[in-house]
This record gives sequence, structure tokens and C-alpha cells, in this order.
Amino acid sequence: MEGVLNQLPIGLSIGAVLLLAALGLTFTFGQMGVINMAHGEFIMAGAYTAYLLQGVGFLIALPAAFVVAGLMGLILERTLIRRFYGRPLDTLLLTWGVSLILQQLARDLFGAPNVQVASPAWLRGGIGILPYNRLFIMALAAASVLAIWAYLNRTGQGRRMRAVMQNRRLAATSGIDTGRVDQRTFFIGSGLAGVAGVALTLIGPVGPTLGTNYIVDAFLVVVAGGLGQLRGAVLAAIGLGLLDSYAEFWSDASLAKVAVFVVIIGFLQVRPQGLLSVRSRALT
Amino acid sequence: MTAPEEPVRRWRGTAGFAAVFSAVAVLALVAAPLLLEPFRLGLLAKYLCYAIVALGIGLAWGQGGMLTLGQGVFFGLGGYAMGMYLKLNDAGGDLPDFMVWSGVEELPALWKPFANPVFAPAMVVVLPVAVALLLGTLVFRQRVRGAYFAILTQALAAALVILLVGQQGLTGGTNGLTNFFGFFGHDVAADETQRGLYLLVAAVLGALYLGARQLVRSRFGRLLLAVRDGEDRVRFLGYDPAVVKTLTFAVSAGMAGIAGALFVPVVGIISPALLGVVPSLELVVAVAVGGRFELAGAVLGAVVMGYARTYFSEELPDAWLYLQGALFVLVMTLAPKGLAGLAAGLVRRREARA
Repeated sequence: MEGVLNQLPIGLSIGAVLLLAALGLTFTFGQMGVINMAHGEFIMAGAYTAYLLQGVGFLIALPAAFVVAGLMGLILERTLIRRFYGRPLDTLLLTWGVSLILQQLARDLFGAPNVQVASPAWLRGGIGILPYNRLFIMALAAASVLAIWAYLNRTGQGRRMRAVMQNRRLAATSGIDTGRVDQRTFFIGSGLAGVAGVALTLIGPVGPTLGTNYIVDAFLVVVAGGLGQLRGAVLAAIGLGLLDSYAEFWSDASLAKVAVFVVIIGFLQVRPQGLLSVRSRALT
Repeated sequence: MTAPEEPVRRWRGTAGFAAVFSAVAVLALVAAPLLLEPFRLGLLAKYLCYAIVALGIGLAWGQGGMLTLGQGVFFGLGGYAMGMYLKLNDAGGDLPDFMVWSGVEELPALWKPFANPVFAPAMVVVLPVAVALLLGTLVFRQRVRGAYFAILTQALAAALVILLVGQQGLTGGTNGLTNFFGFFGHDVAADETQRGLYLLVAAVLGALYLGARQLVRSRFGRLLLAVRDGEDRVRFLGYDPAVVKTLTFAVSAGMAGIAGALFVPVVGIISPALLGVVPSLELVVAVAVGGRFELAGAVLGAVVMGYARTYFSEELPDAWLYLQGALFVLVMTLAPKGLAGLAAGLVRRREARA
């Protein structure tokens, strides 16, 4: 019984990591229909930003990584993805090419072996079985969700973003500059990947392929949660995190992944659009 | 004006195709084994195995609009089915070597039927087709499609790799199945056997290509194209797009399974690293480079990318990833129809001038 209870915080912290990695994707994928495989490399860029800023202070790395990854996303959007709207599947291959280039770039800049980012002193130790760094990641995930929620629901920019997400053409007809909204969405979505990267430095080493380890799971969160749905993403990430940790607890790590996949397929039988979705009478 | 031209053009098209296809077949079946040294012939055989997978991707993605990022799964199922048979055959009643190393004492029940020389090769096709039918039915019936489908197939590839690595005693773990000696009574390492295998791979590819081409030109193929370009309209006309898509997906999975089974004796190994997310994506990209809308483009893409990879990773290992990445970006931005599209454009321009 104690083992079962112990799994709970582990599952929640896996969920928090997934949520951070997937949060940006829900918007770039949900609003713009862009399957950004380079999202994983933006996570990696955030992690290397934390590595470079080690002496300066951990809390400074968070906004710095947001800006670095966000700018990378903005450049990608302006130079390439802009030409691909309406061809979502092609963006997948395009951004995968970009991700290969970024990985090799990281290898040339920082070397192929993994590097370790020293956790700040105030994050060592923990309460009971729950280390402070895991707690910090959960808090960071909660704060990010809160910030995004406030942005979407309390600012004019956020309102325009929701409008474009729900009906792009109607939004454009109403005078919203959808191109600008897309740029902002991509900046914010990619920036969130950078924040996720900083968080990941707390729980493991940083390497050029850091992002690829998370990208598949992050996309699964988006699929299970529903496109562009903040609440859906939160619930799906926590659900998948718990599922992962309990399946691993009762069987083993290799069967857990298969179990997660089977559950998601089963879940899509009931809710093909994901957990939450915008109701519309359009053909899906 | 155009009506009388039509039969003529179609006749010229068929004759032209027959001529080109026979020329390529002669080149592949007669010239290549004579001209290439055994090592190079082995490489070509490997690329042709990938070309079989690419053919399936061309069918599912280019013709059917289903971007499948998990063909490695079906390739792996076929490969492991064949690998298990060869392993058991080599061991001749004993345990396969890697099981002894992992401390397995008795042959697992899952392995037992694979000693049968009829059952194992049948599973090469049956297993991938069954998995694809199941997944396709569950997914397409719920109208889950496009990017969702792509992500699900990718997740399946990721899950299978983790499963294979984790079940060391059953699958050989990261190393996979390797160290094969015999192939249906022949020494698998002998030049003779390898040449025979090359001919087998080339013949299978040719046959599957003709079959796929016939499928695309049939009524079913028309329906498949219609589903790709307007799934809802097809449904309103009274067809069930889910059935069309599921069947096509299963055919492409079967092709990948056959390719995997042929790959094992040709290359001598099947392992998780050969069938994960990245190898599956690489084949999709090869299809895009060759030209996804033409079956021949898909085959060409796999062979060209195979050679490019071997050449550049020998000559310029560090630059290869940059080149590969830049190539995808360029192809997707400038030539979304791939090499086949560029070639068709040249032909059209020449005809316009004539």
C-alpha cells in the first residue's frame, strides 16, 4: 500500500515534466496546425542556456531560456513555417530536417558527450521521498499554466489568439492580423519549450538528443488532451504521468510504454478529438 | 480535339512504362550482379529492402494521404519473425546463443512455433498485416486522421523499441538478433547465397511494385485517391473511407514486413535501432525526396538516400546530418513533389517545346 502511495508524487512529477514539454505544442499545433518536430530541440536549447548561465543564477536562466528558444521559434516561423500553412504533414518533415541540423549544431558547439548542470544549493534535499527539484518542477509547471491561462483569458492578445485558434478565417475577417498572432503564438510556444529545457537540467544530464526523448510523449499529451486546450493538456499530462508511473510499478518500464499506447488508442475510441475539444459543427 | 489523342497517349504511356521497367529490371537483375563486387552488391540489396518499405509508404502516404511514421514497427515484426526462425534453425534444438547469455533456461513459449519453416515465413506477413488492420480499424473508424494518425504511429514505433530493449531474454535486447549462419540450408555468409538473396530481393521488389501499380490503377486505387483528396465527399457518396484506408495501410504494413524478413539474411542483423522513430522517419523522408506521388519515386528515393547516407557517412561523417537536414528543408520548400516531380516537369517542358 505504501508503494502505491509513493508512486503518486512520482507520477505527478513525470506529469509536470510532460506538461512543460507539451504546453507550447498545444498552441503551435492547436492554433497553427504545425507539427513542430524541432520543439524538442528548443527544449535542448533551453537546457544549454541553463548550462551556459550556470554561474549567473538559476532563476535568471528561466527567462533567458524562454527568450532564446522563443527567438529560435520565431526565426523558424518567419523563414520556413510561414510558407507551409495548410500543409500540416509537410511541416513535420520540414521541422525534422531543422531538428537534425540543430542537433548537429549542438554537437559541434558543446561536444557530443552529455554535460551536467549543477543544481542550485537551495534545490538540494527534499521532503520525505520527494526531492525539492521535483517539487520545483511541479511548481514551475503550475506557474506556467497559470501564466498562459492569464495571457489567454485576461489580455487582448490572448483573446485574439483564441479567436484565431477557433476560427482562423472568421478572425481574419474581423480584422485580426492572423500573421502577427501566429508569430506571437510561435514565440510563446517555443519559449515554453526553453523553460521546459531548464527544468530538465534539474533531473538529468544535458545532451544534443535531449529533446528527442520527450518529443513523442509530448505529442501524445496534445493528442490525448485535445488541440489547443489548456485544461485538456493539464489533465492529459497528469493522467499520462500517473499511468506511466503506475504501469511501471506494476509491470516494468518496457511494458509501461506499451500500456500507455494501448490506453491512448482505447481512449480515442471514446473521444476521438481528445479529452476536451472546441465544439463545432464543421466536419472533423 | 483531345478525345482521339487519349488512347494514343495511353498506349504510348503503357509501352513507355514497359520499356523503362524492363530496362531497369535487366539492369538490376543481370548487370548489377555481374558488375558489382560482393560488398557493393550487399549494400544494394540492403537499399532495395528499404525500397520495399518505401513502396508501402508511397502507397499509404502518397496515394492514400496517411502519413505513417511507424513503418519500422512492421519492418521489425517481419524481421524478428525471420530472425527467430533463423536463430532456432542455427541452434538446432538448443537454446539460441543470446538466451544462454541472458540466463534463460528454457525456450519461451512465444518462440516455439517459430522453429517451423512454414509458420515463421507466414508470420512475416501475417503479423504486420494483423497489427495494421487492428490499429487501422480502431483509428480510422473513429475518423482520427492526419497529424493524429502520424503521431500515433510514431508513438507505436517508440513503444516497440522500448519493449524490445526491455525484454532482453526474449528479444536479445539492444543487440537484437544477430550471428546467423544458415538460411534455408545455405551458408548465409557465402557470396553465392548473398548473390541469390540479392536477386530474390530485387525480384520481390519488382513484383510488389507491379502489384502496387496495378492496385493504384484499379477502381480501388481511384477510391484511395478520392479518399486522400476529399474524404468527406467519398463518405457522402456511400463508400466507407475507413475500410479503404485500413486495407491500404495493411498492404503497406505487409510490404514492410516482407522487407524486414529479407533484410535479416542480407544484412545479418535485426535490432531495435533499425526500426525506431528515426529510421522510420528517414524512410518517409526518402520517399519525399524521391517523390511521394509516384510509386517509382518512392523506390528511387530509398535507393538514392541509401547511397547518399553510405557515401557521406564514409567521406564526411560530421557534415552528413547538416546535409541531410538541409536536404529535407530544401525538398519540402522547393520541390514538394520530389525528384519524380522535377523529372516530370522537365518532360512536360520538353513536350511543350516540341
